[in-house]
Amino acid sequence: MRKVFTVGLVVALLLPLLTIGQGQPTDTLGRVKARGSLICGVNNAVPGFGFLDERTGTFSGFDVDYCKALATAIFNDPAKVTYRPLTAAARFTALSAGEVDVLIRNTTWTFSRDVELKLNFGPVTFYDGQGFMVRKASRINTLRDLNGATICVLQGTTTEQNLADMARRLGITIRPLVFTDVTARDKAYDEGRCDAMTADASGLAGARVRLSRPDDHKILPELISKEPLAPVVRHGDDTWYDIVKWTVYCTIEAEELGVSSRNVAQLRTSTDPNIRRLLGLEGDFGRKLGLDSNDWCANIIAKVGNYGEIYDRNVKPLGLERIVDGKPSPNASWNDGGLIYAIPFR
Amino acid sequence: MTKAARIPFWRDLRVLRALAQVLFVIFVILLGNWLYTNLQANLKRTNISFSYDFLQQPASMGISEGLPFQPTDSYQYAFWVGVFNTFRVVFLGMILATLVGLIVGVARLSSNWLVRTLSAIYVETLRNTPLVVQLVFWYTAVFLKLPRVDESLELPGPIYLSQRGLVMPQPQPTESFALWGMALGGGLVVALGVYIARRIYLERVQRPGTPWLWGLSAFLLTALGSWFLLPQAPLRWEPPVRGIFNFEGGMQFTPEFTALLLGLVIYTAAFIAEIVRAGILAVSKGQKEAARALGLTDFQMLRLIVLPQALRVIVPPTTSQYLNLAKNSSLAVAIGYPDLFNVANTIINQSGRAIEVILMIMGSYLTISLLTSLFMNWYNRRVRLVER
Repeated sequence: MRKVFTVGLVVALLLPLLTIGQGQPTDTLGRVKARGSLICGVNNAVPGFGFLDERTGTFSGFDVDYCKALATAIFNDPAKVTYRPLTAAARFTALSAGEVDVLIRNTTWTFSRDVELKLNFGPVTFYDGQGFMVRKASRINTLRDLNGATICVLQGTTTEQNLADMARRLGITIRPLVFTDVTARDKAYDEGRCDAMTADASGLAGARVRLSRPDDHKILPELISKEPLAPVVRHGDDTWYDIVKWTVYCTIEAEELGVSSRNVAQLRTSTDPNIRRLLGLEGDFGRKLGLDSNDWCANIIAKVGNYGEIYDRNVKPLGLERIVDGKPSPNASWNDGGLIYAIPFR
Repeated sequence: MTKAARIPFWRDLRVLRALAQVLFVIFVILLGNWLYTNLQANLKRTNISFSYDFLQQPASMGISEGLPFQPTDSYQYAFWVGVFNTFRVVFLGMILATLVGLIVGVARLSSNWLVRTLSAIYVETLRNTPLVVQLVFWYTAVFLKLPRVDESLELPGPIYLSQRGLVMPQPQPTESFALWGMALGGGLVVALGVYIARRIYLERVQRPGTPWLWGLSAFLLTALGSWFLLPQAPLRWEPPVRGIFNFEGGMQFTPEFTALLLGLVIYTAAFIAEIVRAGILAVSKGQKEAARALGLTDFQMLRLIVLPQALRVIVPPTTSQYLNLAKNSSLAVAIGYPDLFNVANTIINQSGRAIEVILMIMGSYLTISLLTSLFMNWYNRRVRLVER
C-alpha cells in the first residue's frame, strides 16, 4: 500500500507533463481564421517590447507590433489580436500546448530551445545582449569595476549563469540577489539595495524609464552574452512558420527598399519590380503563402510600418539607437553595417 | 448453518464491505499504473531522462548569503546552501514565534485594557492578511527604506545599520580560546552540581524555588571569572570593514533574511497567540482560584499551575503552526532570500532537471516537517495528562 502511495505521489507530481504535446492542430492558419483573431504570447512588463498600460488596458511595444503585423497579414486588421501575457517560465509550455499561435515575447533563439523544445524560430527581430545598469555616481565604468558589488538579478532564464560565468572569467566576486518578480527586482535596485542590475539590454532600457530618477542611471556598453530575439512557433506547421517568417522579412525588405507607411500608397505606381512584388502587384506571393490577399505586405507597411518605423516607435524612446555615434549596432540595417537583412522577395 | 445459507453473499454486509475495499484498491492500482505508463511513454517521447548525475556538475551561479559558495561548486552543494538558509530561518523563526506568541497570548487575557486591546488588534490584523503581502511590506517598505550603505547608521560596537543589512563585529577566537573552552566545560560541571544540590535541598525543605537559576549563575560566574583571569581575552571582536560597495567581514544580517524572519515570526506568532489564549482558557477557573488560595503570585500561578495544564491543549495545534512556518518560508522567493526553494528554482532553470529537483524540494520540506513533528510529538507525550 505504501508503494502504491509513493507511486501515486510521483505520478501526481508529474501529471502536468502528460498534457504536453497533446491537442496540436495541424493547421494553425485555419484555426486563426476560424477564430477571427490571432492569439499572440507577449510580455506585459517590458516597456518598449511588450508592455501593458494598466490605465488604458492596451498593449504596446516592438514585439506587440509584430503581433499586429501578423494579424494584418491575415485579416488586414492590426486590432484582431488577442494578447496573452506569459511569464518566462510558462511561455514555451503555452506555445507547445497550443494556447498561443505564436510567441513574440523577447525570446532568445538558442540551440536547446530550437531543438529540444521542438520549436521553430523566425528571423531575428532584435539583437540583444545581457548588460548592466549602474548609477552614474557609482564610478563603475567597466565590468571589472563590479568586483564585490551586489547585483540584482531576475530568476527564470540564463541571466544568473551568464553573470556567474562573467565573474569567473574576470576573476571577480559578485553577490547576486535573485528575485522572481520584476517589480521586486527593480524596487530593490532603485532603493539602493543593489549596486547594479543585470538583464538583457532591452529589458534594462525598459526598466530604466520606470525608475524613480532614470537620468541617474546608465547602461554599461559592454554586453556579456548574445541574445538574438525572434518570434517562435511550434514544430509541425510549416505553412504557419512561413507566414511568420515572411511577415518579419516584409518589414525589413520594406525598409531596405525605402517603402514606409507614408509612401506605400504612392509607390503602388512604382516600376521597381522588387517593390511591385513586395506590394503584391506581381508574383501572387500572398496566395502562395496561403493568405487571402496579395496585399498582405502592403497592408502591414500601411497599418504597422516597416522595420525602421516599428523600431523608432518602440525602442528608440528607450535610448537604444540603431546607430550610436556613427557606429552601427547589430540592429542597424545591413546597408549601414548592421545585421538586419531581408531574404529577397522573388 | 441454515441461517448463513439464507443470506446470499451479495447481500452479506461483511462480504460487501470487503469487496468494496478490494475494488477500490484495484481501482487505485489501475489508475496509478495508467498514469505511470503514460508518464513513462511521455518521458520517452520527449527524450527526458531521469538522473541525478547533474548534481555533481559546477553550479555556475552565485548565492548571496549563507555558507561560503563559489560558482565552481556543485549543484549539490548549492542545494545544501539553500537547505542551510531555510533551516536557519525556520529554526530561529520557531523559537521567536513561540516567545512572541506566548507573550501576546497571555497579553490578550490581561486585565489591563490597553494591553488586551493592542494584542487583539495585532492578532486580528496579522492573522487576516496574506503572509506574502506582509513579507513584501517588511522588505520594501521597512528594510529597503533604511539609509543607503554610504549613510549607514553607526551604533556603538561598531554596529552599522543600512538597507544592506545589520553588520556587527564578529567574535574571533584567539590563542587562549582553547583554555577558556576547558574552563567553560568545568563551569558546566560545576553548574550541574550546584543545580542538583539545590534541587535536593529544596526537595528536603519542601519549598518552591528556581534551582536552574542557581545553576545558570554558577556557569556564568565561571565563564566570566575565567575570561578575566586569562592573560589574553579568549575572543577578539573583529569589526566589519567598509569595502568599495559593501561591508566586508563581521557578522551580517541581510535585509532579506531579517525581513523573512520578522515576517514569519510576526505572522506565525499571531496564530500561536490564539492557541495560547485558548489553552489558558481551557484551564478551569477552580485551578487558578486554588493557586490564589495557596498564596501564589500571578507569575507563579501562570508558571506552575496554568501553563503546565494549558500546554496539553497548546502543543498539538502549535505543531501545525511550526509546520506552516517551515513551509511558508518558501515565500522567501518573493523577497530574494536564497532559501532552498529559491536556489532550487535556479538549479531547475539552469540544469533543466525539473522533476528531479522538485522531488528534492519536496523531500527537503518533508524532512524538515517530519523532524519537527517527531520532536513535537515527543514533547507532547511528555506534557500530556498522565491518567492513572
